[in-house]
Amino acid sequence: MSKVEAIRSFAELEDLHGVLVERRQGERPRISVCTGTGCVACGATKVVETFKKILDEKGLSDSVELKSTGCHGFCEMGPLVTLGPSGYFYPSVRPGDVQKIIERTVLEGEIVEELLYKDPQTGEKVEHEAEVPFYKHQQRIILAENGHLDPNDLEDFIAIGGYKALAHTLGSMSPDEVVDSVTRSGLAGRGGAGFLTGRKWDIARRQPGEPKYIVCNADEGDPGAYMDRSILEGNPHRVIEGMGIGAYAIGARQGFIYVRHEYPLAVERITKAIDDARSACLLGEEILGTGFSFDLKVVRGAGAFVCGEETALIASLEGHKGEPRQRPPFPAESGFQGKPTIINNVETWANVPHIINNGPDWYAAYGSKDSKGTKIFSLVGKVNNTGLVEVPMGTSIRSIVFDIGGGIPKGKAFKAVQTGGPAGGCLPAELLDLPIDFEALQEAGTIMGSGGLIVMDEDTCMVDVARYFTKFLEEESCGKCYSCRKGTQRMRELLDDICEGRGTMAHLDLLEELGQAVNTASMCGLGQNAATPMLSTLRYFRNEYIEHIKDHNCSAGVCTALIRYKILEDLCDGCAACAKVCPVEAITGEKDQLHVIDIEACVKCGTCLEVCAKDAVVVISGGGE
Amino acid sequence: MSYMNISLTINGLHVDVPEGTSILEAAQTYGINIPTLCHLDGLSSYGACRLCIVEIGPAENPKVVSSCTYRCEEGMEVRTHTKRILDTRKIILELMVCSTPGSKTIQDLASAHGVIQTRFRPENEDCILCGLCVRMCAEQMMAGAIAFAGRGPDRHITTPFDELSELCRHCGGCMHVCPACMYRCMGPKADTTLCSACLNLSPSCVEVYDQQQCWMPPSCGTCVRPEGNYLPATGLIIEEEKATE
Ligand SMILES: Cc1cc2nc3c(=O)[nH]c(=O)nc-3n(C[C@H](O)[C@H](O)[C@H](O)COP(=O)(O)O)c2cc1C
Repeated sequence: MSKVEAIRSFAELEDLHGVLVERRQGERPRISVCTGTGCVACGATKVVETFKKILDEKGLSDSVELKSTGCHGFCEMGPLVTLGPSGYFYPSVRPGDVQKIIERTVLEGEIVEELLYKDPQTGEKVEHEAEVPFYKHQQRIILAENGHLDPNDLEDFIAIGGYKALAHTLGSMSPDEVVDSVTRSGLAGRGGAGFLTGRKWDIARRQPGEPKYIVCNADEGDPGAYMDRSILEGNPHRVIEGMGIGAYAIGARQGFIYVRHEYPLAVERITKAIDDARSACLLGEEILGTGFSFDLKVVRGAGAFVCGEETALIASLEGHKGEPRQRPPFPAESGFQGKPTIINNVETWANVPHIINNGPDWYAAYGSKDSKGTKIFSLVGKVNNTGLVEVPMGTSIRSIVFDIGGGIPKGKAFKAVQTGGPAGGCLPAELLDLPIDFEALQEAGTIMGSGGLIVMDEDTCMVDVARYFTKFLEEESCGKCYSCRKGTQRMRELLDDICEGRGTMAHLDLLEELGQAVNTASMCGLGQNAATPMLSTLRYFRNEYIEHIKDHNCSAGVCTALIRYKILEDLCDGCAACAKVCPVEAITGEKDQLHVIDIEACVKCGTCLEVCAKDAVVVISGGGE
Repeated sequence: MSYMNISLTINGLHVDVPEGTSILEAAQTYGINIPTLCHLDGLSSYGACRLCIVEIGPAENPKVVSSCTYRCEEGMEVRTHTKRILDTRKIILELMVCSTPGSKTIQDLASAHGVIQTRFRPENEDCILCGLCVRMCAEQMMAGAIAFAGRGPDRHITTPFDELSELCRHCGGCMHVCPACMYRCMGPKADTTLCSACLNLSPSCVEVYDQQQCWMPPSCGTCVRPEGNYLPATGLIIEEEKATE
C-alpha cells in the first residue's frame, strides 16, 4: 500500500488506473480476510495476525498478498476468507485453520475440503463464494466491492475503477446532465422516506443562496441495522466519490459526513479516506486539476436516534439540540445555516457513481415498477444466515428470509418480520410474498425505513415486541411534540398492562385510538410512526393480544408475569442440575427424586430450563397445565 | 403586487393573506378558532402542543400539520375542524388532563372539546413542555436563561447545568405565560383527574366566566364545589362514584 500522489488531470487518473491494473495482473496468490464488524466480532483480527505470522515464518510475506477487506455480508459465518486467484471460499475460519490454508490452498492450490461451506439444504460443499445460496440469490452492486477492497488503500479503489465516475462528471457532464441522469435512474433515498434523489438535487441546484452544502447521513440508529456502517467501513471512497458528484451537480463546496460516535471504525476509515483523497487531489482545491473545489468534514453525532431525521441532524450539525423542525422549508431550500443543503443517506451516495458509470437506464432496469435499483437489508433475528443482503427492489420477503436467509433456525416456524427499523411494522407469514418496495410496504401498514429486517419465530411474543419498540421510541423521542412524548409513554403503559396481566379489552380500543392520534398529530417521521409497531401487531396478531387479556396466556412463553415454570414428573430424573443453578433456591427435591419449583419464590429467569438435560422443565402460561 | 399576495381556502372560505403568514394566524384573522397552548403572539412558533393541527391538501389524501408552524401557500386547502382533527385534539387533551389536571386552562380546553373520560393513569406533572417560557425568556426578555434539556421522558426545562442562572433577572415572564400554572384548577380529585365542572355545569359557567373574566377563585365560585356534593358532569364520573360507593 503506497500513498497516492496528487493526480492533476483526468489523463493522470487514467494512467494510474492502467498502471495499477497491470500491476495486479499475473497476480500473486492472495488471501482476503473479511474484517467487517461482524467478522471482527467472530475473531477475524486473530485470524489476520495468524496469517501474517505464518507467512512471515515461511518467508512468504512478499510473494503472497494478505488483505483485510470490508464486510462481505455473510456475518453469520465469519470470519470469512477468500483466496485468489482460485476464488476458493472458507467461512468460519479459526486461527488453527490458517496453517492448513497456507500450506494446502495457497501453496499447492488444493481445496481444504473440511473448511468449505456446506449448503445445509443439499448437504453439498460449495467452493466459491458466489455459489453459496446466501450470495447466489442476491444482486450485489454496492456490497460486492467490499470484498475486493482494502478500505484503507486508495490504490485498491482506483484499481477497480474508482473515481472514474467523478472524473467523467467533471470532464464531460454539465451539472444539469448529472441531475438529469440521477433523476432518470429512479434512485430514491435509501434513508427511509424514499424521496427521488434527482428531484431533491434539482430543488437545491435551482435555489438562490450561496454557499450550498451537502451532507451524508450516517447516523444509522436503528437497532440491528448496520448497512451504512459497513459501507463506510468497507468502501469509504465510494461515498466520497458520490458526494463529489453531488456537490458538483448542485454547486456545493463543502460537505459533511454525520456519523454516530458509536461507530469508531467507520469514523477512522472515512477520516483516513478523506485525507488520502485530499492528498491525491480527489477532494479539496481544484479537484483533478479542474476548477472545481469541494471538501469534506466528518462530524460525530452523540448517537440519538432522532438525529437521523434530517432537520434534527442539521440542528445538531449547527451545534443546537437535536430536535426536528417543521418542513417546509425543506433542507434543500433552507438547511445548514439557512443555506440550501442536500442530505442523503450513505447508501444513496454510494449508488451515485454506479449510475454515472453505467447510465441511468442500467440502474432503472433493476427493481420494481415504482422502486428502482437494489437495496441493502440487514437481515437479523431468528434467521439462519444473518448478514447484509443486497437485492433488487421488489424482491419478496420470502425470498430474502428463506432463499437467502436460509429460513428459521432449529426448524421453528416463521412468525413475523419487522421492516423499517424501530418505528416500522411487523408483517405476518401471510404476507411473505409481499414484494419489498416503498408502495407495497406502505399499503401493508409498515415502512421501508433504512433497510432493517428483523425476523421473528414462534417463540416471539408480538405484544412484547410492540412493547419493546414502543419503549425504544419513548426513550428516543426528542420530546418536543406532546403527542409523541406522552403518547409513547401512555402506549407503553397500556402495553405493560397487557403483558403483565392487567389488560382489558378496553385497552385495545384505547391503544388503537391513541395510536392513530400519535401518528396523526406528531411532526417528524419518528412520531408519525411511533404507533406503527403497536398498530401493525394489533392488526396482524390481534388474537395474541386477546389471549393475553382474556386467558392471561402468553403462548410464546415470553411475558414473565403470565408464565410459570414447571418440572414434568415423568421426565425429571432428579439430577438436581436445576436446583444447583437456581439463583433464588426455589427448586427442591431429593437426589434422584422428582424436583419441584416453588412458584412463589421463582423469579422466572429460565436458567433451570436451559440446564435441564432431560427437557423436563417447561413453561406454562394461561390456564394450561 | 398586492400586499395580500397569498390566496388559499380555509374550510372552503376564500382567504387572502400576506406571504409568510402562518395558517394559525390566517385562521385567527378570519375568526376561525383553533386551540393552542404553545403559541403566543409576539413569540416565535414552536409546534409542541399539537393542538393546532389542521388538515391540508386534497380531502382524499390530506396531510396533518401544526398550523402555527406551517405557512400559508398559494392555492392551499386547509380544513381546521374535520372529524379526524377533532378526534385527535380530543385525545391529546385527554392525555394532558390525565397528566396535568391542576391547570384550569387545560381543563377548560378539554371540556370545550368534549373530553368526558380520562382513561390514563393519573399523574401530577405541571409542566407540559410547551416551551412558552423558554421563548418568552429568550425573545421578549432577551435573557435566554432557561432552555430544554434531556430527551424523551427526561426532557425538562432548566437553567444551564441546573445552576442558578446569572442571566435570570427574576422578571417572572416565564410564569406569566405558563398555561399550566397561570390559572390553577381546584376541581379535580386525584383519582379522576377530570374536572371540567365549571364548563359542564348547568347553567354553564362559561357564560358567567366570559362576563366576569373569571380567573379562578374567589370569583363566582360555581365551579368550586363543596366536597362530596357536586353535580356529576359526565357518565364516567357517575360510574366511578358508583364504583367507589
Ligand atoms: C426518526 C428518524 C430517524 C432517521 N434516521 C436516519 C438515519 O439514521 N439515516 C438516514 O440516512 N436517514 C434517516 N432518516 C431519514 C432522514 O430524515 C432523511 O430522509 C434521509 O437522510 C434523506 O436521505 P435519502 O433521501 O438519501 O434517504 C431518519 C428519519 C427519521 C424521522
